[in-house]
Amino acid sequence: MKVVVCIKQTPSTTAVLTVQNGEVSWSDPSGDKPNVLNPWDEYAVEEAIKLQEAHGGTAVALTAGPPESQEALKTCLAMGCGEAILLSDPALAGSDSRGTGKALAAAINKIGEAKVALFGKQAIDGDTGQTPMQVARALGWTPLTFVASIREIDPAAGTITVERLLEEGRQIVTAQLPVVISVVKEINEPRYPSFMGIRKANRATIPTWGAADLGVSMEPSKVDWAKVYALPTRAANTEIITGDSVAEQARTLVDRLLEEKVL
Amino acid sequence: MKGVFVWLEQRDGAISTISREVLGAGRTLADQMGVDLTAVIFGHNIGDAAASAFGFGANAVIGCDDETLSDFRVEAYGPLLAKLAQERQPAILLMGASTRGRDIAGWVAADLDAGQISDAIKLELDGGVVKATRPVFAGKLLSDVLVPSGLQIITLRSRAFPTAESNGQTGEVEWVGAAISEADLTTKVVGFESSEGGVSLTDAKIIVSGGRGVGGPEGFKPVAELAEALGGALGASRATVDAGWIPYEHQVGQTGKTVSPDLYIACGISGAIQHQAGMRTAKIIVAINKDADAPIFKLASYGIVGDLFQVAPAITAEVKKRLG
Repeated sequence: MKVVVCIKQTPSTTAVLTVQNGEVSWSDPSGDKPNVLNPWDEYAVEEAIKLQEAHGGTAVALTAGPPESQEALKTCLAMGCGEAILLSDPALAGSDSRGTGKALAAAINKIGEAKVALFGKQAIDGDTGQTPMQVARALGWTPLTFVASIREIDPAAGTITVERLLEEGRQIVTAQLPVVISVVKEINEPRYPSFMGIRKANRATIPTWGAADLGVSMEPSKVDWAKVYALPTRAANTEIITGDSVAEQARTLVDRLLEEKVL
Repeated sequence: MKGVFVWLEQRDGAISTISREVLGAGRTLADQMGVDLTAVIFGHNIGDAAASAFGFGANAVIGCDDETLSDFRVEAYGPLLAKLAQERQPAILLMGASTRGRDIAGWVAADLDAGQISDAIKLELDGGVVKATRPVFAGKLLSDVLVPSGLQIITLRSRAFPTAESNGQTGEVEWVGAAISEADLTTKVVGFESSEGGVSLTDAKIIVSGGRGVGGPEGFKPVAELAEALGGALGASRATVDAGWIPYEHQVGQTGKTVSPDLYIACGISGAIQHQAGMRTAKIIVAINKDADAPIFKLASYGIVGDLFQVAPAITAEVKKRLG
């Protein structure tokens, strides 16, 4: 059984973003790489590798993005994915999650033999969280979102049981394969790439597929991202509460909070 | 003119809080456009919840009461909402950005090939098109987005819009049949494990959070006591979750929950950019930290430079004294 894990390269969590003339750019003052494997996707990659270990077959990492996204795919290979495929085509740049979803679905069909496609719950740049559902509908596979645990999977019987993390608890669901799964952080503890894994990943040549390979064409985006801008700056006028004792500070603070009507 | 549709969630016979916020936002848009607000609600034995939507401002209510809908399953709910949207042709379809709302919005958008906007925190009408403001890059930036043509599907972030209050009015619900029969569904809900009590972070009006400064699992005690005294929820920074001091469900920030309470009290949290991304839209932020240079003080409305193990219990005592 093949398992496809769809990932995205995003700015690192410590990246500082700036907007100039509507263009977003970023750098990482901590000195780390400014672009990383989307943190939510690490959990999907770990789960794909676990399935690969438990059931044989191959975990295939897949991304749609610019050529430099292969760095994130190399992270997946270094962690233990058996294969990686980059879907990159200037004709697909600027797609919304609909367009990206259709391209990813076409690639999953081309990879073939897969019964499970895994996703992180969202990417920390666009933050739409829509791609897993778009891919599920394009493939006609059953969507299982916000999965916190895969309790059981039986590829031969074609069944899976998962726990979905909802606001008020865990919903236990059984489904028939094939399925598209989006995972939440509680599902596992992602492994670090091993030394051998990093060496292997660095030597790997990652196949690149274009729109023509998949028979998909660019569709105009339905969503218009009219404007991106920095957050309004917050109250720079912090009032530091002092006093002769902690009790007095506490009293003053509670006074202020009552005045603000937040208690 | 085409109307505004809102899809409602219900639990135990009542419309969920997030859906009352969606009703409030939908009513405002419908008034501005001079059109009707139609509420759509699915489930099993939901007669009272459906009728109550009139009181929260709906002009019309479409319900589907069917055994296949007793648990939320997107493969049962999605096709039904897609079918209704196809038949009735609303201009705008709103729902909460909850796990259920995200699922059904995505399903309908995919099947009707419609544009979808996630996690709106502000809606503004521009002609017949809604300009939605939403956080991007994990809350580090904002963006204005719109769907210029066709059905506009928008999920609304929890606590970003005022909650509709009921005037007690009820009305005649239009009942429709399910779109899919049980035999055609490939999923079964075989169980549900409720999470432990306590206030949910995303719904909480008050959140008290602990950071690295709590020093260990036991260090959350004064933080939790203050949260309890205030009737609020307990939050935590990523560092404390990664250290295993507190479960992940408490994590606030970029890879945790994004919250927007009236009051956020940060105890021993330095205020890394990832944490700020999850809480900076709180109305009032209070920072308690030993380090006067901690970045959290730049964000805070009020700050106390001091030891959280002394300050938090003092506030707890004061709150108990003043608020009983």
